[in-house]
Parts: sequence; C-alpha cells; structure tokens
Amino acid sequence: MVGSAAKIEEPMSERDEIEARVSRLEIGFGRFGVDPYGVSKTHLTWFYRALGVFYKYYFRVHAYGTEHVPKRGRAMLIGNHSGGVALDGAMVVASMFFELDPPRLAQGMIEKFLTRLPVASQLTSRLGQFTGLPEHAIRLLEDDRLLMVFPEGARGTAKLYWERTSLVHFGTGFMRLALATKTPIVPFAFIGGGDAIPTVFNAYKLGKLLGAPYLPITPYLLPLPLPVPLSVHYGEAMTFEGTGNEDDRAIEQKVLVVKAAVANLIAIGERTRRGDDPKGHIK
Amino acid sequence: MKVVLPGISGLLARIVARKLVANGHHVIGIDARPWVGAPEQVTMHVVDIRKRVAEDVFRTERPDAVIHMGTVTHLLESSRDRYRINLGGTRAVFDYCHAYSVRRVVFVGRHTYYGADADSPLYHTEAEPPTGNASFPELADLVAADLYAGSALWRYPELGTVVLRVCYTLGASHHGTLAGFLRGRRVPMVLGFDPLFHFMHEDDAASAIVTAVEGDVRGVFNVSGPPPLPLSVIARAAGRKPLPVPEPMFNFLMGRFGLPKLSKGALAHIKFPIVIDSKPFRTATGYRFAFDAHDAITAFKG
Repeated sequence: MVGSAAKIEEPMSERDEIEARVSRLEIGFGRFGVDPYGVSKTHLTWFYRALGVFYKYYFRVHAYGTEHVPKRGRAMLIGNHSGGVALDGAMVVASMFFELDPPRLAQGMIEKFLTRLPVASQLTSRLGQFTGLPEHAIRLLEDDRLLMVFPEGARGTAKLYWERTSLVHFGTGFMRLALATKTPIVPFAFIGGGDAIPTVFNAYKLGKLLGAPYLPITPYLLPLPLPVPLSVHYGEAMTFEGTGNEDDRAIEQKVLVVKAAVANLIAIGERTRRGDDPKGHIK
Repeated sequence: MKVVLPGISGLLARIVARKLVANGHHVIGIDARPWVGAPEQVTMHVVDIRKRVAEDVFRTERPDAVIHMGTVTHLLESSRDRYRINLGGTRAVFDYCHAYSVRRVVFVGRHTYYGADADSPLYHTEAEPPTGNASFPELADLVAADLYAGSALWRYPELGTVVLRVCYTLGASHHGTLAGFLRGRRVPMVLGFDPLFHFMHEDDAASAIVTAVEGDVRGVFNVSGPPPLPLSVIARAAGRKPLPVPEPMFNFLMGRFGLPKLSKGALAHIKFPIVIDSKPFRTATGYRFAFDAHDAITAFKG
C-alpha cells in the first residue's frame, strides 16, 4: 500500500499530462475517442506532444492575457497572420491547450486546398481544423466551440519580412457570423512569426505546382522556422450588437474596431519583445 | 393502417415490414422478387411496380399509406436498367397514390444524394441542392428519383409526402453499401484520406421509416443515428484491416485480390465524407435512435 501511495504522488510525466489534458477537452469524445466532427483523441494527443516541443522549447512561446478567453461557451479568436506558413495558427492552438484550464481546442478555418491534399486532408479533419466555410463556423459556434479566424486570409500569410508587423485588409465574414451567433470576439496578436520565417519572396507558380497558393521563399530558401521567441497577446473579449444582416458599411465599422484592437495588441507585443514592457500590459 | 410496401423483398424493407406488422398494421408487399418466409400477416404480390397488376393492388386494396423502397441502389447494375426501375417505378408509385387517394407516402432515399466533395460542408442539411451526380454520375438516377418524389409535395398537396435521406446502415443482415464495402478481410482506403462515414443500425433505420409513416409530418428529412466515424475506425472495430492504396492505383485494384468491386465514381466517397444533420427529423417526429455505433458494428460482425 505504501508503495502504491508513493506512486500516486509521483509527478505526471509530460506525455501523461498531455494525454490527461486531451481527455479534459470538453468536446464530447464518443466511445471510439472521436467527437461528432471526427476530431480524434489519439491524433490530438500525438499532435500536442509534437506541438508542445515547439511551443515550449523551440520557440519558447509566451502567452499573455489568456484569462480573456472564456473557459467555456462559444468564442471567436480573431488575430493577425504572421509567418509564411501556419505557424501562427499552430501556436495559438497550442496556447489554448497548454495555458488554459480546462484546456480548449481552438478550431481554425483553413484554406480549401488542404482538404484536397492526401495526408493534410486526413490530419486537419482529425485535429478539428475545417475549411473556412460559413456553414462550418456557424455549426461550431452553435456547438459552443472556440473558433480561430485570421480575417486577413491568404493575403495575410503572404506578408513579406518587412511587412511582418503590418495588417492587411480584414474580411467582414467573421463579424457577420459573430453577430448572427451572438459570439464574443477575443482579439489577439501573434508576434515574431515574420522573424521565425523571414519570407523575402512568394513563389506563386511553384506553389501551384505543389497544390498550394504559393511557396514562401526565405534567405535560406526553404520556409523552415528559425528558433526565435514568439508570443501571443490576447485582448479583452468584445461583444457587438446586431443580427449579421446589416449593410456592408455598418459591418465594416465594427470590423475596424476589431482591427484596431489587434493593431494595438501588435504594438504591445512589439514593445514587450523589445523589452520596453516585459509584462505585456494592455494600455 | 393498410400499408403498401413496394420493394418489400429488400433486406431493410423486410425489417420495416416486420415492424409494421408488430405495430398492428396490415402490410401489402409489392416486389418483382419473391420473399420466401414472409410473415403470414404480409400479403405479397410478386410483380413489377410499373405493371397494371401492381396498380390493381392499389385499386382494390385502397391503402392508407405507401412506403416506397423499390429503388435499385446497387451501383454495378447497368445504368439504363436503374433509370428505368428507379425513375419509372417512383413515378408509378406517386401516380397510384394520387389516383387512389392514398393519405401518406414515404420515399426512402439515401444520404449520398449530397455527394462527397472536399469543398462541401461537413454536415449536410435538407436545404442543400444535390451534388451527388457531379462527383458520382452513377448516382444520377437516385438523385433524380429523390427530387421527383420531393416534387409531390407541391404537385399533390393533399398527399402527405415524406422524403427520407437515410445514412448507411449496418446490422446482422450484412445488407447495404457500407456492409458490402466492409465484407472482405481488408478494407481499401485511399492513401492519405480517412473520411467520416455516417451509418446507423438497420433496426434504427427501419424504426425511423415506420415513425415517418405513422406520423403526420410532410417534407424532406435526413435520417441518421449516432455521430459518424472515420472509415479506418469502423474497419478496425469490425475486425477488418484498413488497406491504404495510392490513389492512382485505387480503381485498378478494386475487384481484384479480394477487394470489393466499386464503381469508378465511388472514389470520391472513399476520399471525402458525406455526413448529415438529422435534427429536423428528430424535432418533427420525436424519433430517437436506440443503437450506438458500437452496437451497429457488433451486429454486423455477428
């Protein structure tokens, strides 16, 4: 008995801890460890194990303001693209898993071409990352899931190194969906992606040959991320009044408010990165 | 209630017939195929639904309701025969129902109507148009039969028409598209793809059909049971071994080395999911499934 008691007190290994956290995701895994959308417990476990290495040790990601993300219920994470590949999305997903208690699965709205590619199609669906269709967004939100949206779209991932802290045009679809489903918006800024993957050129023709919109080219050619520190800054949740059927002008005004909040978080993130504000305070 | 059941000799239709009999209904079966061992409470007419003799059944029996399960879904059947049976038969059923003042008709269609495509939403609702025949031309007659049946909602407003789009079924009968696909020891999959398959226990599917005919709803409804599962999970749970095959070799290998024979258009259905939202049916009828995915697979395994 003493031996077994001592065993219980042993700290959990990182592997076991990840498995335990996956079990605590409140997404209704069924008897086969799969949720109604095909998200798989097994796939998530090994994904978070791999992601954890990058999140904790390779990029040493700091997440600020995670307390602004609702613990339960529908919410939309709205942020900037930074980094030529899905580095930003992956680290936001990781921060929602490793920093929140209980952990949450952030579900991204991915590019359509991924679902046509072998392996990518299988992995994205098992990990809860679905194509950016309004039907998907509405269903997930009505199911009280946590949605992750980058309103800059593919234009945002195509930002070059010298544009890394800028924001391009925000689409308005997310705001119509948020209004229609009465979903709070949590703005965030992802900082450092442009330094991790310093894109100097986007090879559109080469990308199309590979089935992707473009291939980011870095000074060392391949878009492999450098081990630079990254951070995610979450801002206070924002709620907007409306039905989602308003005219474009009214919607765009609301979108600009969110865009300004993201821009403010980027500025805070950059200051924190330079060491001017080590605690990442929101001003 | 007096219920005519065209296509009664199909294995799912037999389960429906037995449930109707158990609920105290008088069942009249019409099928060109005989049903040896049919319950004695079932009156059988071995005849093609499009023939005059079949119309005589409607004329003399004056049924209250009809459940049309007489469509051919076997995709290896020649498309000309399928068009003849599926569209001609469906038209005959609705013409008879109209001519002989039948109160309710349930058309049993399939969820593959929606088609499998990378760009479509994961959960299909009844509001969506069919895309099944775009990726899978062999399905065109079934899609057309479904749409024709749905048109009865405005052509014959006095007729309580229900069009059901039922997901795959699994069970002890080993009948149906998914059961046929899982029959061998190895289940072929397209390398790099593992779509969700939506299926329910065949008893639950039959109960849903009976619920539709006994109720008073009209309209088009998706019918499903438990949430869908990835094909690899279903195959393993059924004691089979998933066999990932590179896409360029897939069609060549089907029907060889003990692998199931598939129509060429079926490839999209092995790559991409067809999942349906059946909430409107549950809300309208109060229907609840009794068997989960594990039960359905266990019944199939035997």
